[in-house]
Amino acid sequence: MIKRFIHQFASPKTYLFQVNKIYRYIFYISLIIYLFSLTWGLLFTPEDFVQGNSYRIIYLHVPASFMSQSLYAIMAITSITYLIWRVKLAAYFIIAIAPIGAMTTFIALISGSIWGIPTWGTWWQWDARITSTLILFIMYLGLISLHNSFSNHEKADKLLSWLVIVGFVNIPIIKKSVDWWSTLHQSASITLTDKPSIDPSMLYPLIGCIIGFFGLIICLVILSSKYQIFKRERKKSWVKEYV
Amino acid sequence: MHPHRRKRLFNIILVLLFSTSGIGLILYSLNTNLDYFFTPTELTNINIPEDKRIKIGGMVLENSVVREQSKVIFTVTDYKNYIEVVYEGIVPDLFKEGSGVVALGFMQNETFYAQEVLAKHDENYMPPNLSINNDN
Repeated sequence: MIKRFIHQFASPKTYLFQVNKIYRYIFYISLIIYLFSLTWGLLFTPEDFVQGNSYRIIYLHVPASFMSQSLYAIMAITSITYLIWRVKLAAYFIIAIAPIGAMTTFIALISGSIWGIPTWGTWWQWDARITSTLILFIMYLGLISLHNSFSNHEKADKLLSWLVIVGFVNIPIIKKSVDWWSTLHQSASITLTDKPSIDPSMLYPLIGCIIGFFGLIICLVILSSKYQIFKRERKKSWVKEYV
Repeated sequence: MHPHRRKRLFNIILVLLFSTSGIGLILYSLNTNLDYFFTPTELTNINIPEDKRIKIGGMVLENSVVREQSKVIFTVTDYKNYIEVVYEGIVPDLFKEGSGVVALGFMQNETFYAQEVLAKHDENYMPPNLSINNDN
């Protein structure tokens, strides 16, 4: 039964109609959570004892950085799904996610630079964390341009999936870079194992921002995947009817 | 699982294994070269030519900052070894005694002449009134 369920959901048509039903709820709930947490974080939390008000960019920087790595992980999972089971929808997802991953990585880099000026005294340094994040950004751009350079979609999908899997090595490197080497970037404030080193009054809005931003980006991924479905299956009769 | 699917899964694991071990070996051989700065203890163990520009990092020793006109003199420490730093210029706002610092410059006769000073902050965030309570 599970097999049949997966099989059905893996069809672009079923996916599209199912996701159309829930899209609106995901969007509004995430938007409310994000705006609420952002307002809370920007206006109603205390200043930091060292950085004063400039730490508040954390409410954009951390969600964007978190998303840039999560999207790559999701892309790796869909790549494996595509390579093993040849699920078409999975292939659409890889190329649907790549530009959004590039966007979130870009936001992470820019917000980090803006944060660096008042605190570190510089907007760019080649330390391990910043450099590995830049590599992630370039990797996203590389994946997009690789896919565009093929006229044969199926070949492009396969090659892209392999490349995503090879590039996945970078994700643990970004994550652990602040622990393995000395960096200008500080270590993680929120970890799975230890108590967060950020005060609860600032932590709760941050967690809200991460959840809300996650939902909003997922909405973008849904829109982008719909675009891919229409583009790739435009000759199918149901797409013609739907559009 | 179908035999040909199992084969593809096996291939994926193989690719992952090879790429991780390849990158792993590169990172392993680069080792400390990927460090952003030298700590004072590392500097005492290695010999660095006077004309080579390096970065040192650590904490600004408490009660070590002296300002002479436009010059700032302070001691960088990892609480094991100490290096005196001379810097001419404006330090970042977050530069203060007992907090992190990274300096770029040249080591000459046990003194470090910095061209650039950056402040490094840690991963702790808390409101000011709480930090005063913690200090007491």
